[in-house]
Amino acid sequence: MVRKSKIGVILLSLIIFSFILGGCKQDKPTLYVYNWGDYIDESILEEFEKEAGIKVIYDTFATNEDMYVKIKSGGSSYDVIFPSDYMLTRMIEEEMLEKIDLDKIPNYKYLDNRFMGNDYDPNNEYSLPYMWGTMGILYNTTMVNEVVDSWDILWDPKYAKEILMLDSQRDSIGAALLKLGYSLNTLDSRELAEAGELLKKQKPLVLAYVVDEGKDKMVAGEAALALTWSGEAAYACEENADLAYAIPKESTNIWFDVMAIPKGAKNKEGALKFMDFLNRPEISLRNAEYTGYATPNSAAKAMLPEEVRNDPSLYPEEEDLVNAEVFVNLGKTLKEYDRIWTEVKAH
Amino acid sequence: MKKSSSMIPYLIWMALFIIIPMLLVVYYAFTVKTPEGITWSLDNFARFFEPIYLKVLWRSLALALGSTLICLLLGYPVAMIMAGNAFTRKNVVMLLFVIPMWMNFLLRTYAWLAILERNGFLNVLLTSLGLPRLNILYTNTAVVLGMVYNFLPFMVLPIYSVLSKIDKGVIEAAGDLGANPVQVFTRVIFPLSLPGVISGITMVFMPALTTFVISRLLGGGQFTLIGNLIEQQFLVVADWGFGSAISMVMIIFILLSMAIMSFFEGEDKEKTLW
Repeated sequence: MVRKSKIGVILLSLIIFSFILGGCKQDKPTLYVYNWGDYIDESILEEFEKEAGIKVIYDTFATNEDMYVKIKSGGSSYDVIFPSDYMLTRMIEEEMLEKIDLDKIPNYKYLDNRFMGNDYDPNNEYSLPYMWGTMGILYNTTMVNEVVDSWDILWDPKYAKEILMLDSQRDSIGAALLKLGYSLNTLDSRELAEAGELLKKQKPLVLAYVVDEGKDKMVAGEAALALTWSGEAAYACEENADLAYAIPKESTNIWFDVMAIPKGAKNKEGALKFMDFLNRPEISLRNAEYTGYATPNSAAKAMLPEEVRNDPSLYPEEEDLVNAEVFVNLGKTLKEYDRIWTEVKAH
Repeated sequence: MKKSSSMIPYLIWMALFIIIPMLLVVYYAFTVKTPEGITWSLDNFARFFEPIYLKVLWRSLALALGSTLICLLLGYPVAMIMAGNAFTRKNVVMLLFVIPMWMNFLLRTYAWLAILERNGFLNVLLTSLGLPRLNILYTNTAVVLGMVYNFLPFMVLPIYSVLSKIDKGVIEAAGDLGANPVQVFTRVIFPLSLPGVISGITMVFMPALTTFVISRLLGGGQFTLIGNLIEQQFLVVADWGFGSAISMVMIIFILLSMAIMSFFEGEDKEKTLW
């Protein structure tokens, strides 16, 4: 779930860096926050600073893997981080996270129950959801004249060289697995091999395997169909009215970006306070409006404009998502995914 | 005594940033994690010699060699023109070569996306001239183009540096002794410029062989190169052992190419580059 071009991230970190240099020494406690690029309404940070008397140092990353490597290698001292579901599981398994004390986050009661206690963190011991979404197909209605409701369309020769896939093993292999009717998290090597064959067959139809540049390509009308995450799609649809997003009927991936505290955080109290602050309905609402992503905070959702709240691509009905799966950490089998992905790309 | 103590900071520097990291790479490459603990093994290397990974290696080598050759063919004449007497605006051209390098490499590669895409700059220009469109983005051509564009200065500058130091008297003497311009070039100028050529080839070939950004952005991720494979192992799969093994194979290739280079270079050692 890469939100912004790397350039944006570089610029932002430069600005942040200059802030660090510019800020003089203060006795105020400091909170180090590590989030995705462009994933928060930054005026909220100032408000928190004023209210809590805590100085916030805000830093951003572009991929889960970048964040993981930085935390894992040590040396950084973040208090709050925002990993995605499967990365959270991996960090829990590697004992990289502190447990959170829900008593200190009373506002968690506003979080919709269906987003609590998911497989990636069954008892919410380590995390609270921040944003959520689905994986689906972003398409250009001027180029696609049929109903988009199945993964099959990504294999339709009619759209040769008009299809963008994600340069991300879990997501692209996931789409193939879902088309075949298998689980996104399959450990069965026969099913995986089948998905690999399917992706090889699809390769001549694919224009490119992209990550962050995908949504801009779609906005510019460079391709007809793209495998995308719902948040990216919301942004793209806003930029170009010809675009639409569909969640295929077979099933989809439901993903979460969560808030967690890395081991060794120096300001744990401040981190809990910050998490509570972000869960206030009006604050959560502002973040949802700013980022365009779906909030798991039901009180905030209720305050959103009706056309956003009822947009089935952004807030799909619960019954449409009964089959939807969350990515789980695959452990050793991840290597097999990697091999298949390398085979597809070297094909 | 004095001499050796003044070397200590450099030795510490080298140990910290060159030797220890290298040893770590070797350690990861030759070990595998098993339930019983970490054991020495050649598994990581054995895995690399499977057909799919060899295919990736072969493709990387072919693309890198192609780009290097194109850089040489384009760069040598430019360096010669710049070093020639007839040319008075050397500094301007030099600046034109160097200024783009001040900009972020990623930014420059992104710019090519906007130029080459279907409704991009190039195609708008072509259609307005009544010419057919060119769809080269996300092909091998685009990857080679990106490499040549990014690495050309590394070919031109060393060659220029050597050419401009050649004693003009030597060239004049060759002419006086009856050599025609072609002979002057093949028998005098080119052999004398070899150190620059070799340095240029190494400086282009190595980054071209290991790049992963160009192949991802301009190749649309369809052309996994060795650099992408290594990146993938460290960032996505967290298989540091296999990643290190590929890196070591890469180091061997680079050492090999350097050995070949120094073999050619051996003929006139006294020519220094800079």
